[in-house]
Amino acid sequence: MEWLKTTRDWLDARFPVMDFWRGHLSEYYAPKNFNFWYYFGSLAILVLVIQILTGIFLTMNYKPTADTAFASVEYIMRDVKWGWLIRYLHSTGASFFFIVVYLHMFRALIYGSYRKPRELLWIFGVIIFLLLMAEAFMGYLLPWGQMSYWGAQVIISLFGAIPYIGNDLALWIRGDFVVADATLNRFFAFHVIAFPLVLLALVVFHLVALHSVGSNNPDGVEIKQKKNDKGIPLDGIPFHPYYTVKDMYGVVGFLIIFAAVVFYIPEMFGWFLERDNFVPANPLKTPEHIAPLWYFTPFYAILRAVPDKFLGVMAMGASIVLLFLLPWLDRSPVKSIRYKGWIFKAALAIFIVSFVGLGYLGTVPATPVATWFSRLFSVLYFVFFLAMPFYSKWDKCKEPPERVKYK
Amino acid sequence: MSGEEEVDKSKRRMLLAAATAMGGVGVAYVATPFVVSMDPSARAEAAGAPVEVDISKMQFGQLLTVEWRGKPVWILRRNQEMLQNMQSLNEQLRDPHSDELSQQPVYAKNDHRSLNEEYMVMIGICTHLGCAPTFRPDLAPQDLGPEWKGGFFCPCHGSRYDLAGRVYAGVPAPSNLVVPPYRFVTSTRLLIGVDPEHG
Repeated sequence: MEWLKTTRDWLDARFPVMDFWRGHLSEYYAPKNFNFWYYFGSLAILVLVIQILTGIFLTMNYKPTADTAFASVEYIMRDVKWGWLIRYLHSTGASFFFIVVYLHMFRALIYGSYRKPRELLWIFGVIIFLLLMAEAFMGYLLPWGQMSYWGAQVIISLFGAIPYIGNDLALWIRGDFVVADATLNRFFAFHVIAFPLVLLALVVFHLVALHSVGSNNPDGVEIKQKKNDKGIPLDGIPFHPYYTVKDMYGVVGFLIIFAAVVFYIPEMFGWFLERDNFVPANPLKTPEHIAPLWYFTPFYAILRAVPDKFLGVMAMGASIVLLFLLPWLDRSPVKSIRYKGWIFKAALAIFIVSFVGLGYLGTVPATPVATWFSRLFSVLYFVFFLAMPFYSKWDKCKEPPERVKYK
Repeated sequence: MSGEEEVDKSKRRMLLAAATAMGGVGVAYVATPFVVSMDPSARAEAAGAPVEVDISKMQFGQLLTVEWRGKPVWILRRNQEMLQNMQSLNEQLRDPHSDELSQQPVYAKNDHRSLNEEYMVMIGICTHLGCAPTFRPDLAPQDLGPEWKGGFFCPCHGSRYDLAGRVYAGVPAPSNLVVPPYRFVTSTRLLIGVDPEHG
């Protein structure tokens, strides 16, 4: 095995292989008390890789014009060898990306992972979330089905609500007076190259920031404050092999579920692939009921809850902008939910009900009852964030331990 | 060079600022073609040419949809009952007298929002978020309530319009449906996309 070492040394003299290995894996110390919730960061990277690989192979047969797009997707599904698998991996991957990212963000919410010194890490994460929404939205236009078409028509029209420049801006985004061939062609360009590049850059920033400040943990204790005489955190363990092995275990569990969906229920009863999208786009006929895919519905429900076009768009925007402010809204003396009092736990429970409720309401037609529930949940969503500076201060918290605990 | 000497940094800063400003101007110039290339192309603009429609065979209450600039344009032939019902709605509407001038040409700013009161011409795209509303001429249907006098209902977010495309108050859509420019070439032929020859 001497040649292995020689090769490594040759490389290392020309490129910092070992520095990287030690700095980010074998001598990167992570808290020893990570639990189930800490799988979703590495799983998000896994899904990103799945999306990029399957996406590359889809572009080999997909044709981004209004006349050919729908048929080329059907061609991939029926005639391209294994095309159905690659396409279902990509379409299922999109929904799983959001499942994983929502759970990852929820983890940050309950353990206070956005608190100082991780504000910028959190902000990079929210930008990634925004880019991911844009990426998913543009990708959804590409099959050029009825729901692709009308979903895009509705979302691009949102920009038209901006005073003065709105209509010209929407026209500029579409490149035509309605969603048309020009729109499809440019969304293809954005979806396959522009946004993935920015997304990858942001993922790198997210990881660099993470490895600079170090991971939070379920106790919210800063492990860097207690080090041994070699400067190694007492509660830290090297990422490799401990967490590489743990994450691989998570990958296997994830892939079992992922494969089961891809092979047996890739449409997920209309939740991952909507039924109306199996009808080619028709610019003259709106489907009876337009609903975005499930991962957008909470924000869509907020949009619909407001009976004014401009204010509705503003409310939807604000619901996401608030996420950026989270590190400064939380004034609690402790990070983790384990040491927070009943007020935060009650607020979080209300938030979960509101978010899931909005997610459901965004999928159903706008009946008066549904609209009133949307309004109620929208108000609660905003109250969770806007009242946080107050209730997080009043909350009776427990004293967190000096060192992390296993639980 | 020795590190002891005092360096006058103000000239450097001035040069740096000047170079940055010039570079910024250059970037803006180079960015322009890329940004403008995303506007509708000459071909897309040419496709906005006027469309001629034969309305001689339209029945009362019939809705005809034609395409202009890729948008659905509705032509509705209204009867006297419909026109009378419409006038009773004014109090329920957001802009009953079409005061928002961007939504119709001046010659369509009247009680019936059209050149000829029988023929309503409008773009069938909801002013909320661009869905196509459905034509609901039926009186007092179960889902739209007993007050419904016929009109258009947007299935996306529940916006309502009357038979002149005037929006109801309290719905998400902010404005009346847009009336495109059009003229009567003869009494039975419409040209959509250009204004009448004499005002």
